[in-house]
Amino acid sequence: MSTIALEARALGKKYRRAWGLRDCTFQLPEGRIAALVGPNGAGKSTIMGLATGLLRPTEESIEVFGQRPGDQGSPDGLAFLGQDKPLYKGFTVAEMLRAGRELNASWEQEYAESLLADARIDPAAKIGALSGGQRTRVALAVALGRRPRLLMLDEPLADLDPLAREDVMRSLMAEVAETGMTVLLSSHVIADLEEVCDHLVLLIGGKVALTGDIDDLLAEHRLLIGARPESEPDFGPHTVIQRRDTQRQATVLLRTTAPVNLPDWDSDEPNLEELVLSYLRVAGAQETGDSK
Amino acid sequence: MIEFRIDRRSGVSTYLQLVHQVRHALRLGLLAPGDRLPTAKEVVAATAINPNTVLKAYRELEREGLVEPRPGLGTFVRRSLAQPELASDGPLRTTLTEWVGQAVAAGLEREDVEALVKAVLDERY
Repeated sequence: MSTIALEARALGKKYRRAWGLRDCTFQLPEGRIAALVGPNGAGKSTIMGLATGLLRPTEESIEVFGQRPGDQGSPDGLAFLGQDKPLYKGFTVAEMLRAGRELNASWEQEYAESLLADARIDPAAKIGALSGGQRTRVALAVALGRRPRLLMLDEPLADLDPLAREDVMRSLMAEVAETGMTVLLSSHVIADLEEVCDHLVLLIGGKVALTGDIDDLLAEHRLLIGARPESEPDFGPHTVIQRRDTQRQATVLLRTTAPVNLPDWDSDEPNLEELVLSYLRVAGAQETGDSK
Repeated sequence: MIEFRIDRRSGVSTYLQLVHQVRHALRLGLLAPGDRLPTAKEVVAATAINPNTVLKAYRELEREGLVEPRPGLGTFVRRSLAQPELASDGPLRTTLTEWVGQAVAAGLEREDVEALVKAVLDERY
C-alpha cells in the first residue's frame, strides 16, 4: 500500500458562529500533486491551517504522514506557504533565508540559495522592492529549504500576472520532478490546475464533494448530449449529477459504475473544468433552493 | 533534443500530446535511435506540467518499443519511425504535391481537401 501524505477522517472545525468544515474525509497518497478546489469559504484554508497545527480540529482528526499536528508545532516533513506570503518587507532576501534557517530544525541553505539563483534574485535586495512573482519565488525557496515531503500552497498564484504564474509553476514542477515530494495546491481557478494536478479534493460548503485521482474521476464520469427526452430517461445504475435542458437538447453529467451503453446519447469523458463546474453548479442550485 | 509544446486548448490530454510529438519527431527523423529524450525535470521546467505526466508518456513510448530507459542516464530512442517515402524528395510526397496542385487548380479550399483526404483515409485504414 502506498504511503498516505495527508489524511482527514470525519474532520470538523467549528468557528465561533458556524462550522468551517464538517465530516470531511479524504486521503492524499504520497507523490501526488493535488488540487484543493472549492468556492471561497468552502474550507480550503481551514484544512491547511489544521494540517499545520495552527488550528485545532473540533471533531475527529487530521494526520500528516501519520502524525497529528500538535504541540510540537508543524509536523515533520510539512512546509506551508500561506496566501499572505510570510515575508518581512524590511528584510533582505538573504536575511529572509537566515530566518528560515533559524526557525527550522532541518534546513538546506545551499539548496535554498540555488533556488534563488535560478530565479535570478539578488540576495541583497529588499523583500519590499521585489515584484509579486519574485516574492513568491523567495517564499517558495524558504518553504523548500526545509526539504519538505509535503508542500502545501494556499492560492500561490492568486496575485501574479500570467508570466509570473508560469515561472512559479515551472520552477515548482521542476522541484517536484527532482524530489518526488507531495504537493497540495489550493485554488479557485481550475484552468491553472488542469495540466499540473493529478489528484483532486473538491470542497463545497465545508464538505468533500468529490475526491480521487483525476484520471479515475474523469473516467468514472460521462458527459452525455442528446435530444431532450419526452419522459424521464432511465440511466440504470448510473447517478445523474447534473442535467441541463434547452428546448431541444439535454446535457447530462453521469457518474458511472459500469461501462455506459446508451445508444441515444453522445457520450464523452468530461474535462476537469467541466466536471468541477458541474458539481459546483449543482451545489449552488441546492443552496438557492434551500434559502427559498 | 526535442522540445515539447503543450496546447492547452486542444482537448487532447497532455500525456497524449507528448506521445504524439515524440512519434512525430521519430517519423520526421528529428529523433533517431540513440538520441536522449529530455528528462522529466527538463520538460516540466519548460512547460509547467505535472512530471508524472511526462513519466506516463515515456512509459507508453517504452511499451511501444520506441524508447528505453537507461537507469541514471535517461530515456533513449530505440527505434526510428522514419520511412524513406516521408522524405521531402520521396516519390509518394512528389505525387501528393502534384495532386494537391491539381486540387488547388480545381478551386478546392484547404478544408475541402482535408475532408476529401480524411474520407479516403477512412476507407483504407
